[in-house]
Amino acid sequence: MNFHRIFVEPWQSHAAHYWPVFAMALFVTVACALIGNYLVLRRISLIGDAISHSVLPGIAIAFMMTGSRSGAPMFVGALVAGVVATVIIEVLHSRSRLKQDAAIGITFSTFFAVGVILISIHGAHTDLDLDCVLFGKMDFLPGREPVFLGLPGVTVTMAALALCVGLLIIIFYKELLLSSFDPALAASMGINPRLVHYLLMAVLSVVVVGAFTSVGAILVIAMLILPAATSCMLSDRLWVMLILSVLHAFISSLGGVHIAVALQVPTAPASVVAGAGIFAIVWIVSPRQGLISLWLRNRRSDQVAEA
Amino acid sequence: MIARNINQPLAVFLLLVLVTDVSAARIGEIIENDPWEQARRFFTFSDPGLRIGLSGALLFGATCGLLGSFIVVRKMALIGDAISHAVLPGVAMGFLWSMEKDPMAILAGATVAGLMGSLVVELIKRTTKIKQDAALGIVLASFFAVGLCMIRMIQNNDGASRITGLKSYLFGDVAVLDRQDVVTMTGVVTVTVMLVILLYRPLLIIGFDREFAHSIGLPVRLLDGLFQLFLTFAIVVALQAVGVVLVSALLITPAAAAYLLVNRMHHMLWVAAAIGMLSAVIGVFFSFLGSNLPTGPFMVLGASSVFLVAYLFAPRHGRVTRWFRHRSRRRDVSNENTLKSIYRIIEKGSADNDAGSVVKIESLAGERRVSKVDLFADLRRLRRVGAVEFVDQGGDVMLTEIGIQQARQVVRNHRLWELYLTNEADYASSHVHDDAEKIEHFLSEEKVAEIERQLDYPVVDPHGQPIPGRGEA
Repeated sequence: MNFHRIFVEPWQSHAAHYWPVFAMALFVTVACALIGNYLVLRRISLIGDAISHSVLPGIAIAFMMTGSRSGAPMFVGALVAGVVATVIIEVLHSRSRLKQDAAIGITFSTFFAVGVILISIHGAHTDLDLDCVLFGKMDFLPGREPVFLGLPGVTVTMAALALCVGLLIIIFYKELLLSSFDPALAASMGINPRLVHYLLMAVLSVVVVGAFTSVGAILVIAMLILPAATSCMLSDRLWVMLILSVLHAFISSLGGVHIAVALQVPTAPASVVAGAGIFAIVWIVSPRQGLISLWLRNRRSDQVAEA
Repeated sequence: MIARNINQPLAVFLLLVLVTDVSAARIGEIIENDPWEQARRFFTFSDPGLRIGLSGALLFGATCGLLGSFIVVRKMALIGDAISHAVLPGVAMGFLWSMEKDPMAILAGATVAGLMGSLVVELIKRTTKIKQDAALGIVLASFFAVGLCMIRMIQNNDGASRITGLKSYLFGDVAVLDRQDVVTMTGVVTVTVMLVILLYRPLLIIGFDREFAHSIGLPVRLLDGLFQLFLTFAIVVALQAVGVVLVSALLITPAAAAYLLVNRMHHMLWVAAAIGMLSAVIGVFFSFLGSNLPTGPFMVLGASSVFLVAYLFAPRHGRVTRWFRHRSRRRDVSNENTLKSIYRIIEKGSADNDAGSVVKIESLAGERRVSKVDLFADLRRLRRVGAVEFVDQGGDVMLTEIGIQQARQVVRNHRLWELYLTNEADYASSHVHDDAEKIEHFLSEEKVAEIERQLDYPVVDPHGQPIPGRGEA
């Protein structure tokens, strides 16, 4: 009965509701997962967190001006806020004694605080409230009229975004790979590592803003990092990692929908919980870096030492 | 319709400029309260709830400042952020434990969750090839997501009555503090201050040089663990008033401001604690003006404004102070160059009157190779310190006694340095001018005397020009 309610019903009687939710979760996690691989490789994971916090005031102001939770104004507002925050971080970091981590911490918390204040002054009973910032509103997407395959417009946009990210990665695979692992070599081969970095940041901001409506400002860091972290425990090859992280994104969004049904919680945190669960399982059983194999190896080397 | 479209950006702009006023007006609509009246009540401390909130703010502001100082110098800012997000499931657990707001249960739950968070970060770093940044991100977001799910489940089960209690843990609400919270806080703060005083030296050594700490036999891992424990305590104590999402800012920002203001660690600790208290009180003030607004963001903005002031006006490192210092140094250099030019014109005997002491502004501008406007600015400053006198309206000048002394000194510095470079450092005499041009302004009296002694009191420079003596008139 319970099994039926959690695993079967969403795809039978409520398919019209759950199919778009699942699709949205899938596209958001796939887009984030793909770009997240490069964040993890370049050891700048927390930049994603900083950007997703910093865009909040831009989103809030754009929302106040237009009264809608989607569309170009929000992108513009978020982009402006993101760029301003990046510049401030750079200025604080290079023109004072502060280290980069403190500069990031100060800037993004200030921006986030401004955003929260704007939203709580204006948005108490509107579409954009503090719940949206925390939980995301994957289950209540705006503009529910299906435009394609039973999916609403925002989901189709997100799908296009995920596709674009995928295509960009395929086209610029070599450039991204080289500049992530060996910037000096990349530069010697005529690839500008700074340009690659800024383009990556630009794509990251677009993805983060696109994901904001459905996963909020805080959880997006999980969608960026968990897939890449999970797949880097399973493989050393970048293209395998990319494929595995898409797989992780698929399983976590599917699991997220079912966890959300089972526990009656929003889908966004539920898929993060699912993703974290996959990470934990892989961490334990991964053949090379897993806790079990680590334990076995340690025991074997102890035995060798005793013998 | 059109009018409305035009007005909306304006309204947003006003909202941005007058955030506090607008919020206050909004509150005024709801509880019929005048913001001035609220401000008066704030400053007379007539509200008992406010007194509790303020004392709480002072307590956790100080704790966050103290521990934040170590975080900033150890470059652990993002660790504080991760731990503060990771305490959320613990808060929910503590809430479930007693099914009401029991500060002790929540404190315990949050502490356990925070410690588990930092433990998992360590474990991931140690057993896999995942680096610190990704490990922090994983723990931050996973724990936070679990906490959010638990909170939503509690809300589902208990209805709306408990939501307010939990909501304050996310964005902070100083109004929910009660006497028991303040008592708990006092305990935590006392222990933290004692810890910092007792373990100041070991913590300092670990913060700056772990290898050295190891080598002198400090229990580094134990101290690290202890520090993490107290960091978690500090976060948990500030949690209700600041909120999970923003509490890390209260650790980082006041300490970073203090870092810009002072140079020594023990000064930084007290300054950071003071700034922490100030930020917390600012946050209480603004959220008191508008009672349904979350407190945390206002505290963060308070801390950020203090930081901004420190960034701009810190006595040694402030941007504005440095700019003023540079400007005054540039002006000094420019003044001295002008004096030197006047001296050289007189020396060459091409002065513009018979007595050989008045210099026309045109010939001075030619010698100095600057525009007359810039030159005039220099001359006016020089007249103010009594180094030159204007002979007439056109800008012809002559040096006063003070001016002659100063000019001689600069020329002397210049020519002695040229000679020093040619004789002692084997420079070609054609290459020494530019270097001397720079250093002439910064040589001290003693240095010049020493050079002079070393060169055995020379009278001409490498170009054959006389080196003016110190006391000559």
